[in-house]
Amino acid sequence: MPDLLREYLPILIFLVIAVALAGIVILASYIVARQNPETEKLSAYECGFAPFDNARRQFDVRFYLVAILFIIFDLEVAFLFPWAITLGKIGLFGFLSMMAFLGVLTIGFIYEWKKGALEWE
Amino acid sequence: MIVPALGHLSAALPEIFLALSALVLLVLGAFLGDKATRPVATLSLIALVVAFVLVLLGPDSTTVGFSGLFITGRFAVFLNALILIGSAISLIIALDYFRLQGTERFEFPILVLLATTGMMMMVTANDLIALFISLELQSLALYVMAAFERDSIRATEAGLKYFVLGALASGLLLYGCSLIYGFSGTTNFGHLAAVVSGGPVSIGLLLGIVFLVAGLAFKISAVPFHMWAPDVYEGAPTPVTAFFSASPKIAAFALFIRVMMGPFGHVAIEWRQIIILISLASMFLGAFAAINQRNIKRMMAYSSIGHMGYALIGLAAGSVEGVRGVLIYLAIYLPMTLGAFTVILLMRRKTGPTENIDDLAGLSQQHPLVALVMAIFMFSLAGVPPLAGFFGKFYVFMAAIDAHLYTLAILGVLSSVVGAYYYLRIVKVMYFDAASEPLAGPITRKMAAVLLCTGVFTLFFFANPAPLLNSAHAAALALLH
Repeated sequence: MPDLLREYLPILIFLVIAVALAGIVILASYIVARQNPETEKLSAYECGFAPFDNARRQFDVRFYLVAILFIIFDLEVAFLFPWAITLGKIGLFGFLSMMAFLGVLTIGFIYEWKKGALEWE
Repeated sequence: MIVPALGHLSAALPEIFLALSALVLLVLGAFLGDKATRPVATLSLIALVVAFVLVLLGPDSTTVGFSGLFITGRFAVFLNALILIGSAISLIIALDYFRLQGTERFEFPILVLLATTGMMMMVTANDLIALFISLELQSLALYVMAAFERDSIRATEAGLKYFVLGALASGLLLYGCSLIYGFSGTTNFGHLAAVVSGGPVSIGLLLGIVFLVAGLAFKISAVPFHMWAPDVYEGAPTPVTAFFSASPKIAAFALFIRVMMGPFGHVAIEWRQIIILISLASMFLGAFAAINQRNIKRMMAYSSIGHMGYALIGLAAGSVEGVRGVLIYLAIYLPMTLGAFTVILLMRRKTGPTENIDDLAGLSQQHPLVALVMAIFMFSLAGVPPLAGFFGKFYVFMAAIDAHLYTLAILGVLSSVVGAYYYLRIVKVMYFDAASEPLAGPITRKMAAVLLCTGVFTLFFFANPAPLLNSAHAAALALLH
């Protein structure tokens, strides 16, 4: 058990440093910077939307479409990295598996392109 | 070491074929646009038929493929054939409906194909990972189908509700899987069976089984995880509701049986009481809650909850007879419910589809044959001999008695008497109530054909039940030995 815990020691150290650093930065911004509060400054930053509003409001669905499409291809890259590193070990079967995955993804990409999901107007 | 698994690809041929045809048709549809709807739908139907033939030609003996992730054999052949029949009939009746509604899109047949691929993988899953992947492939396609009429607020609500609650159920299921893996050290069903039979079962593993049961009970809409069913059934477009009540139920039930009887068959004593409880609760809620429904789709939702309760009796028995009973029940339930939904699809006014039970009034004068077929389905759903539905109930009750579950069998019979009330009320409305305004829906040739096939099966099943009984028995034996 102690051996197992020792393997996690770097993560614990990392956690402590991360918390401490974040605390220092937040504290420093309160102590060092000049404070001149104002409503717009204090409100949460929300990419140009009003942060608090009626939830049953029409919004442009295209933002979400772009976000979802981004996630799919982002995940593809996340799969490609470990695949590229282990390709020597997994051989032809591993190569063909990834090609099948990329093929399915490409067909999805063709579909969204032809459907016009990538055009803003 | 991994490459020889490729040799087993042939065992998964129907699934691979369906997945590839869905992808090809998607590209075809993407390039041709919505005018491709008709050809894509026809090609999808052909793909389902080809997959059906491939399933029947598949290996008869139990074959394991993909490094143990995948298992096929008589059990899988029986259920995959049922699922494909259900999907094909749902697709046929859906096409006419969407054409009348003017909401034809080529994506619908492709979603049916993808959902069917997921369902067939559920039947053949032999590993917790394969179980989850196949379940999600099926569910994601179904969520989209529930909200397919995207301009309708009710359909959108149904889709959202189904998605949120389905994600919750998937979470429960995954948590159960992770507990099972944590306490047994394996995800493979074969290895799990060895671990479970090896010694006393730890509390953690039992907890995992309970969460897994909760997730699967949600997918077959068994009480107390049924809350989504009435709302989704009511809100989704009617052909989608018909599809929901047919193939996905069968696939989820197949998975349920495979998981409980396979890896956890040795601890049946531990989980049997849970199955008995959800079976009883489903039967009684299905019987009592349906009485007050005015909307026929809601009523069918409660009816389907009740029927899942009856089928669970066979699983509670936990024997070859029990599994055989469930398989017969599902095989009979499929044509009955699809036939009833075809009649519901015919309920149209000039303004559009209508769903009130009272709108069926006077159907026996306008369309005597349709009213007759609907009456046959209702009597069969109620379990009146000599119609097919009676035999479905008969075999699960017999299995329960053989397993000494007398109370369960008696309560089952009692709840089916209560349930008979609301089925017979529909017959009464059709035959004895005066019509306020006639139904004006056209009866297309395809719908008439579906009604004829399902009606003849339901009415004349008693004449030659042997083929179904024998193949269900062979399937149950293949699973348990």
